[in-house]
Amino acid sequence: MKTPTFLGYRRKNKRVGIRNHVIILPVDDISNAACEAVANNVKGTMALPHAYGRLQFGEDLELFFRTMIGTGSNPNVAAVVVIGIEPGWTQRIVDGIAKTGKPVAGFSIERHGDLKTIAEASRTAKEYVQWASELQRVECTVDELYISVKCGESDTTTGLGSCPAVGNVIDKTVAMGATASFGETSELTGGEHIVKAKAATPAIGEAFMKVWNNYNDMIMKEKTDDLSESQPTKGNIRGGLTTIEEKAMGNIEKLGKKTKFVGVLKPAEAPTRKGLWFMDTSSAAAEAVTLWAASGAVVHLFPTGQGNIIGNPIEPVIKLSANPLTCATMSEHIDLDVSAILRGEMSVDQAGDKLLALVVRTASGRLTAAEALGHREFVMTKLYRSA
Amino acid sequence: MISFLMHEKQDTVGVAVVDLKAGQVVQGRSLHGKCTPRLKTLSDIPLGHKIALQPFKPGDTVFKYGVDIGKIVAPVKKGEHVHVHNLKTKRW
Repeated sequence: MKTPTFLGYRRKNKRVGIRNHVIILPVDDISNAACEAVANNVKGTMALPHAYGRLQFGEDLELFFRTMIGTGSNPNVAAVVVIGIEPGWTQRIVDGIAKTGKPVAGFSIERHGDLKTIAEASRTAKEYVQWASELQRVECTVDELYISVKCGESDTTTGLGSCPAVGNVIDKTVAMGATASFGETSELTGGEHIVKAKAATPAIGEAFMKVWNNYNDMIMKEKTDDLSESQPTKGNIRGGLTTIEEKAMGNIEKLGKKTKFVGVLKPAEAPTRKGLWFMDTSSAAAEAVTLWAASGAVVHLFPTGQGNIIGNPIEPVIKLSANPLTCATMSEHIDLDVSAILRGEMSVDQAGDKLLALVVRTASGRLTAAEALGHREFVMTKLYRSA
Repeated sequence: MISFLMHEKQDTVGVAVVDLKAGQVVQGRSLHGKCTPRLKTLSDIPLGHKIALQPFKPGDTVFKYGVDIGKIVAPVKKGEHVHVHNLKTKRW
């Protein structure tokens, strides 16, 4: 199969993006208001308010910086204004993003106040957005994409149709030389032995099992019941999924039939080479997609059964469903209807071709349903309580 | 018309791909088309929900995708609805 081309943004560090965002990034929860004010002043910019950034420590603090710096460094982002309460952590994030070569500037509120900070940051944001508006899309190839995959509000139709269609695209694009990542550590439970067998080497399989065991130990320690209604969710159960093992088997269909994964990533950690990677993530959609965007993924493939409506501010989320009821009642959220697979009128390979064609169109600039509807869920993962 | 699908031929439950009413004779098919079971439903089974392809007793393992997806906790007749009322995880 010939590697398809699309029109994308090739950044200074040679990475390819498919969007051209100028973001206003708060370092901490109390800087959200200033960031939102700047985004309101300067049209075409986007604030990313979030709940954290204060008093975090240890591995949780490392993940916080990895997420902040990674989000700003994502190739879908042209330029970044960073605003924090104090200059130290603000500068650390600015310096991290600056390594990509893109324009980035930091502002801190202490000893200035909100109003003066907003005025200064707005002037910089205006310069950035005008500069970014002149950047041109250039011809790029699908092997230059980093694709993340995760399903949500799954039901039995995801395992029959939409997840296998994503797996088909993973097989096709990774064979072309693309980078891809799957995760949802807890949601592989019941099929972890099958995932382990899909590792490129026994050592990678063992590394995966170590991460899975850690997550499972946490669940066993914290659980107060059999997790029914949490995992599977109420929505999963309404759609016919009964156990975590059954849900995991549908989930794993997204990994493809032929592709082996080449490594294990910490949450929000960037892949160091091409191929399919496992990332340790929560199975909650907004948290997981935020981690992939922070690791550099530029487009997300999201199979849904009952109709999870998630989007992400940085990476477009392409949604597909094989559930005819969901496609009929929630059509404004669904980018690709593959319910014909259930009727025996479409093969998984045909669905994969349709999805790949939609990836190419989205990469060239077509808005996803979630983008058009304004879904920008930015949810940071927090590992434990702050100090 | 195909009313339910199976992932693998050794699966002991199928997935309804249309809403099924109790008392219907329904035709199933495995995804690879090699297995074409036909049976009578004993319960209403909504689209996406599972139908028992054999009788089960408590403690039995249910197979879907050709793998263990949990244990039966209440008796099930062939053609009945299999869900949270009679199937539980073995994990959590």
